[in-house]
Amino acid sequence: MNEMYNVSTSPHMLCNRSTKTIMRDVVIGLLPATFFGIYNFGIRALVIILACVASAVLSEYLFQKGMHKKITVGDYSAIITGLLLALNLPVSLPIWMAVLGSVFAIIVVKQLFGGLGQNFMNPALGARCFLVISFAGRMTSFAVEKTGSIINGRMAVDGVSGATPLTALKAGESVDVMKMFIGTTGGTIGETSALAILIGGLYLVIRKVISPKIPCIYIGTVAVFTAIYSACSQNGFDFNFVLAHICGGGLMLGAVFMATDYVTCPITPMGKVVFALLLGIFTSIFRLFGGSAEGVSYAIIFCNLLVPLIEKVTIPTAFGKGGNNNGSR
Amino acid sequence: MGLGTFKRGIHPADDGKDISKDYPIKKIKTGGEYVFPMSQHIGAPAQPIVNVGDYVKVGQKIGESTGFISAVVVSSVSGKVKAIEDRMTVSGNKVKSIVIDNDEEYNAVDGFGQDRDYTKLSNEEIRNIVKEAGIVGMGGAGFPTHVKLTPKNEDEITHIIINGAECEPYLTSDYRIMLEEPERIIGGIKVVLQMFPKAEAIIGIEVNKQDAIEKLQAMVENEERISVMPLKVKYPQGAERQLVYATTHKEINSTMLPADAGCIVNNIDTIVAVYMAVCKTTPLIRRIITVTGDAINNPCNIEARTGMKYMDLINEAGGFKCKPEKVVSGGPMMGMALFTLDIPVVKTSSAILSMTKDEVALNEPTACIRCGRCVDACPSKLIPQKMYQYSNNIDDESFEHINGMECYECGCCTYVCPAKLRLTQAFKLTRRRIMDNRRKK
Repeated sequence: MNEMYNVSTSPHMLCNRSTKTIMRDVVIGLLPATFFGIYNFGIRALVIILACVASAVLSEYLFQKGMHKKITVGDYSAIITGLLLALNLPVSLPIWMAVLGSVFAIIVVKQLFGGLGQNFMNPALGARCFLVISFAGRMTSFAVEKTGSIINGRMAVDGVSGATPLTALKAGESVDVMKMFIGTTGGTIGETSALAILIGGLYLVIRKVISPKIPCIYIGTVAVFTAIYSACSQNGFDFNFVLAHICGGGLMLGAVFMATDYVTCPITPMGKVVFALLLGIFTSIFRLFGGSAEGVSYAIIFCNLLVPLIEKVTIPTAFGKGGNNNGSR
Repeated sequence: MGLGTFKRGIHPADDGKDISKDYPIKKIKTGGEYVFPMSQHIGAPAQPIVNVGDYVKVGQKIGESTGFISAVVVSSVSGKVKAIEDRMTVSGNKVKSIVIDNDEEYNAVDGFGQDRDYTKLSNEEIRNIVKEAGIVGMGGAGFPTHVKLTPKNEDEITHIIINGAECEPYLTSDYRIMLEEPERIIGGIKVVLQMFPKAEAIIGIEVNKQDAIEKLQAMVENEERISVMPLKVKYPQGAERQLVYATTHKEINSTMLPADAGCIVNNIDTIVAVYMAVCKTTPLIRRIITVTGDAINNPCNIEARTGMKYMDLINEAGGFKCKPEKVVSGGPMMGMALFTLDIPVVKTSSAILSMTKDEVALNEPTACIRCGRCVDACPSKLIPQKMYQYSNNIDDESFEHINGMECYECGCCTYVCPAKLRLTQAFKLTRRRIMDNRRKK
């Protein structure tokens, strides 16, 4: 026995895809919405995005360094968290608040619970809700359009702010659905353009990073729910109302990029369906009957908390363990 | 096109079959010592019935089966018994083995190789011939074939399924048999069909072996009870439970035998072995082995005798181009890594795959991101992600609760895992532990 070879259990071949390539694809998928946000809201949007991404990566690095853990900032996951958070913030938010949110997302929501794969809710959404609760006013004042004069932050903060399409809708005003689809409306940096988000989502579906199951069921449920609500309202069924709810607010961004977050959605096939249905129902309830015009982020983090329960009741029947085709007599 | 298939599973990017698929089966003879482990099948090990110093002939029984689920061992060479001692086998364990010095005369026992008319034989006689020939499932598990041919519900057997899927990447031995010895395959099927008058036979072949499909299809054109079913190219199409589903749409689980669904499943090489034993009075002493991989000089398909050394097969294939990092007995998905080549060919050997790169060693495991790819890949409809957690926590109860024992370690989850977690490894450990504990009770 002069020569020894490597020994391990089977299988001895693995596919090319790694966590890193998946995460990189998600970043690429987020780019259309990111670029549109910068186009729509100006250079300050870029500043917020960079601040969030940089602070997310840095805080993950410092935490892991301080805790003598393996440094994993190279896996793109902190970049995604920072980017997603930025896309969920109004452009007028003070930079330090954005940074605080980023640090909260990484340290509190992600790392304190065990790091990648262990967080019980979507870090970016957790941070967003933390900011909304802490700085309600700042988080709900939205710049409506880009003006040439908004170059530095202070101008934007004090500059144009106004209602998002959903707020207008809630107040009973009419909205331009086409504008909402393209995205030249008010809102957080990354949520306004349904088109840009769909392009990114399509990329992820083609790359097989996400399955269209959750987004389709989620958005479909909201559509059905708002359609019923609309039909029961005094003015009768209004198709525009349904479309506005689909394109408006954080629904698209949430459905494509946050409800599909691997870590915080159920792993069982049936669980994904249940999860998406619940998301649609809760989002609609929060939006139509709640105090705020928006309901996506609360619906998602609430359902994130239900995931262990959903998984528990949706463990699939193993092959050959039941059903009509069972060979046993 | 309605190809037979199952749900989930994987499509390995590189099936590696091109390396060796066009090389006809090469018969080789090697001298030196031949090693016959007494346990090369599932069930009770065989008992040596020769003594050191005895002269044995080709086809002579040297190990007697010691129970119903057990198999005899037959010598593939003639010569003197050199030793009866523990020798290293594929699994890395030392197993009691009979070592025979090949005198290269190949003196055979009386009647060896004679034609026999199977139509004059009763089921009992056929079973006995199969048993005495030491035939076991050559797809990998090594389940004694005479046991398979003795189902409790003999009248309810409706399907004889011949496994020509060869879904493991790199393996081409069954493919070569289908191309070169199709009449033996059909002959073996006819023997089994005679035993089960109500059954029809289906030969399942993945469509990446189109010429094999056409060849066999042409041969069964006038056979009423035999048909060829093209199968989708997908791993693990040739796993017993998946193949039964693909051909008959019946599901069986770990506690059932194919016979419970009215099926008897046999691998291509096994059915040829049945033909040889019954019609040609030749017990199981050969095995077609694919010697392949990027570290081999001349990849090929070899007709080896059982007991041959793996190293001799490598030498027949022109030796190594460069030192391989990993050598696997079997395919890359379920094969066993070898640390030495000083082990004998056994009934269940199917390939020697030598790789210059060990992908497993190159990929460090990272954190699970719960992406669910393992769930989408698992042919047994399990949740490998949770099974892995329970395995790591040594929580056997939960592992069993989520049907972890239904896992048959096909490796799909590990193949697709982007975090490169050693899922199958953890499951193997846990499953062994649970089975041991069950036995203790």
